[in-house]
Amino acid sequence: MRTMRLTQEGVVFLIALVLFVGFAITLTDFVSPGNLMTLLRSVAILGILGLGMGLVVVGRGIDLSMVAVMVVAVSWAIVIGQTEIGFATGILAGLIFCILTGLVVGVLVAYAEVPAIFTTLAMGSIVYGIGRSLFFTLDVQNVPPGNEWFAFLGRGTILGIPMAIIAFGIVAAVLHLVLRKTRFGRFIYASGDNPQAARIAGLPYRPLLVTQYVVSSCIAYVAGLVMAASVSGMNTRIFNSTMIYDVLLVVVLGGIGLAGGRGGVRNVIVGTLLVGVLLNGMTIMNISLTYQNLIKSVILLMAILIDTLLNPRDEQTSQQGDI
Amino acid sequence: MNSHTLTRLRYTYLPDHLIGEILSKRWIDNAIPVLTLALIIAVFGSVIGNFFTLGSIGNISQQVAELGLLTLALTIVMLSGGIDLSIGSIFGLAVLATLICMNALGLSVGVALLAALATGMLCGLINGLLIGYLRLRAFLTTLVMLIILRSVYEIVFLNFATRIVSGMPQSKLWDYLAFGKIYGIPAALFITLAIALVLHVILSRARHGWHITAVGGARRSAYNAGINVRRTICAAYVWSGGLAALAGFIYAARLGSAGADTGAGLEITALTAAVLGGISLGGGRGSVAKALIGTISVAALSSGLVRLGVPGPMNSLILGTVLILAVFVDVRWMKNKQKILNTVYMSPAYVVMPKAAETAVGSGSPYAVNDKLREVDAIGLGILEGPEDCVLDRDDNLYCGTRHGDVMKFHGPDHKTWELFAHVGGHPLGIQMDRDNNIVTCVGGMGLYMITPQREVVKLTDETNRSAFSIIDDSQLKIADDLDITDDGRVYFSEATIRYNIANWPMDALESRGNGRIVCYDMNTKKTHTELKNLVFPNGVCIAQDQQSFYFAESWGCRLSRYWFDGPKKGTLQVVIDNLPGYPDNINRSSDGHYWFTLMGMRTPSLDLALRMPGFRRRMARQIAVDEWLFPNINNGCVLKFNEKGEILDALWDLGGQNHPMITSIREHKGNLYLGGISNNRIGRYKIPGADPNWCALDARWGKS
Repeated sequence: MRTMRLTQEGVVFLIALVLFVGFAITLTDFVSPGNLMTLLRSVAILGILGLGMGLVVVGRGIDLSMVAVMVVAVSWAIVIGQTEIGFATGILAGLIFCILTGLVVGVLVAYAEVPAIFTTLAMGSIVYGIGRSLFFTLDVQNVPPGNEWFAFLGRGTILGIPMAIIAFGIVAAVLHLVLRKTRFGRFIYASGDNPQAARIAGLPYRPLLVTQYVVSSCIAYVAGLVMAASVSGMNTRIFNSTMIYDVLLVVVLGGIGLAGGRGGVRNVIVGTLLVGVLLNGMTIMNISLTYQNLIKSVILLMAILIDTLLNPRDEQTSQQGDI
Repeated sequence: MNSHTLTRLRYTYLPDHLIGEILSKRWIDNAIPVLTLALIIAVFGSVIGNFFTLGSIGNISQQVAELGLLTLALTIVMLSGGIDLSIGSIFGLAVLATLICMNALGLSVGVALLAALATGMLCGLINGLLIGYLRLRAFLTTLVMLIILRSVYEIVFLNFATRIVSGMPQSKLWDYLAFGKIYGIPAALFITLAIALVLHVILSRARHGWHITAVGGARRSAYNAGINVRRTICAAYVWSGGLAALAGFIYAARLGSAGADTGAGLEITALTAAVLGGISLGGGRGSVAKALIGTISVAALSSGLVRLGVPGPMNSLILGTVLILAVFVDVRWMKNKQKILNTVYMSPAYVVMPKAAETAVGSGSPYAVNDKLREVDAIGLGILEGPEDCVLDRDDNLYCGTRHGDVMKFHGPDHKTWELFAHVGGHPLGIQMDRDNNIVTCVGGMGLYMITPQREVVKLTDETNRSAFSIIDDSQLKIADDLDITDDGRVYFSEATIRYNIANWPMDALESRGNGRIVCYDMNTKKTHTELKNLVFPNGVCIAQDQQSFYFAESWGCRLSRYWFDGPKKGTLQVVIDNLPGYPDNINRSSDGHYWFTLMGMRTPSLDLALRMPGFRRRMARQIAVDEWLFPNINNGCVLKFNEKGEILDALWDLGGQNHPMITSIREHKGNLYLGGISNNRIGRYKIPGADPNWCALDARWGKS
């Protein structure tokens, strides 16, 4: 099994490499330092979201509400920041909102036993509905002026590396350590691999699930902050885009099996690279957004197909209603 | 009025066994959806003044027409255990295909319909191939298909947008589809209802629909039952695509144009409708009626919210909450229904048993225990399992049933050799031979069967008339038990209980309610009817010597009764013995003109006491595991002989239970008594002292052949 996984990850990495070389040869300016930085920065946010999604998918769940949480929490933080309360408090409020949302999703999935896929799908519209009707009215929120530290988070560089990439690196490193070195991380693998066995072995299965969703929604918040920092605002229309599927694409392409218990941070990075190269190349080739969506989703379909063939679903441990 | 009277009244007249029966019906799954719908209508009806006006209802029914088809599409897929999120995009593509045919190319309505259907079914086929044959996860696959088809839609739409807008189709049929009304109700709604009716018939009556439900209910079992699982799943997605396309066709007729976001998000609305209607996400549970209930709920909800002026985002918030709530209720319902049913189904009755007759050694009682059965021989020891009853033909061959669903034949006169006579498939209980040497047997769980001398197995009957007010379906025969045949070819047979199936028959002992009946099958007219109802586990049946009545035993009632089906006393029911010390089983004639019967187990004071305490039995059933329950003793019994006055003439016991204690049936043949036992591994043979060594039951019954 391990060799198979390596093969899939390796294949994806190879495809990314081939695409990269192909684009480098055929497209002018593709390998220019400026474009490479753009490429990396543009996928950094996708990558951070992918890390959160990856964590949940390893635990045999899925979180389709990440984009909604990101949009609403960051917008709320900005809206509070525009008043006299202050941006810092706003950011704290957004974080609390994310934790609460994660808790609600986690409790619904773990204790009420509503399938994760429905909970998070519906939670997406609920969270967006709450945001739209309670927190903000405009489509685009602009970061209040005078928060240079915040702008640095998005546009600053350390040693010539954009902060967005550094943020991605930090989140990836922390998550890697958590998954590989801590008890919590190992428990997530165990419960994702075989939930029944994990429960019988005495793992705190339900609290684990709740924690996963809280963590994933906090990671979504981090991604949102980086995004808001780099463009000085938050466009809430992202909620209606297919971004969440791009996140899924990153995770599945990277080789984290949807059956749970497999994969890690490295898979997310590989998936992010491939998607980044693909998106950047298609943008330079001036392919319209619609065609980009078409190509992306066909690739995602292929990825799911390969995932199914490589990691066949375990009929013994798949649950009733597990679709 | 003391507490016993209260208990008796409470357990006699409060029909709480009906709660369990109602819960065991499939239609009870509709209860929550119907209540939800009623709640929605009540709330909006009281909040919005003119909610029930014709315009409002017309608006809702138009919505029901299109959403209903989409929900039906989703229903079929969900029944098969999957989900289809791409129906919104398929809907959009079908709208586009229709409009291109009508507006841009100017083709006829029929061609447009075909184009729409072909588009939808092709998309469905792709889904089906991926999910059915390649076994991808339905949710993600259709989610990705949603994006792919949406992209295709956008690409095609851009190329045809102007031609669609400029085209003006000239077709009366087209206009009628759009604006036609019958009694103020849109014609489109009638189309949807007609399709719903067809689908209902397919899903509930046709083989294809059953296959879909079976695959969704238990994929592995369906595979083992020989259903082509992959093709069935694929077909479900093709259905779904086709129905979504039809919805798109109707929508196209109504609006005559399309926008960039036509059909977007419809899958969530349809999903909410399906789940709200009670269609289970796990698959296997759902119906067209549920889909329609859910559709009306969602249509009323969203139209009510619009009328209240709730803004769009708030609207999606409410729909999202409703979806989660509905899924939550569905999951809880699925998980707990069986648990609740298990605890409430068992519903004990209040029974006061008469004092049992004395059986002590030396008591002088005709029932007194002895050890006459100590010398019983064994036939087929180790070969048989569970021969409840046996019968001997004129050539001394012995036939008996086994737990494995066979009828075995032991060759006379010594019964040392044997052969498998016929395979019936269910456990044959009571067994009898008719005038023409056909074996007639009650097969537990299957009904009344006949095996001809040529070993041909023929089903005589497996259902009787259904009672007018029964909640559970009492037309099917659950535990046909013992039988006898009249001279003119009527078969009277007992059915022990209508409330439990063959595997759970001991549960009926704890209820001790009159759940059983005696059913008559007429071999001449091939008709079945229920003769006597509300008997307490009727068991043995034996036609009396007068040919106008039969004796029957009620096991948990511990009594023998006689019922006249013919002659001057027709319809009379008379209790013959009512204080038996045990649970009577089969009855058969003896060579001296009397009747043998058996007790399959003995009464115990503890269970007699428990029968007067239904509350105790109910608590026991709810609170402790089945294997800890107080069940009747059915390990030790005896053979008794009685005459028409109800006097006990003989008793055969195995004192200490050393050789042959478990007896459920007896058959006298040529001086020997053959003993069957439902949990035995043999047939016993007892030499009756002083019995006529030439008396053959068949000759005595049907005359010499």
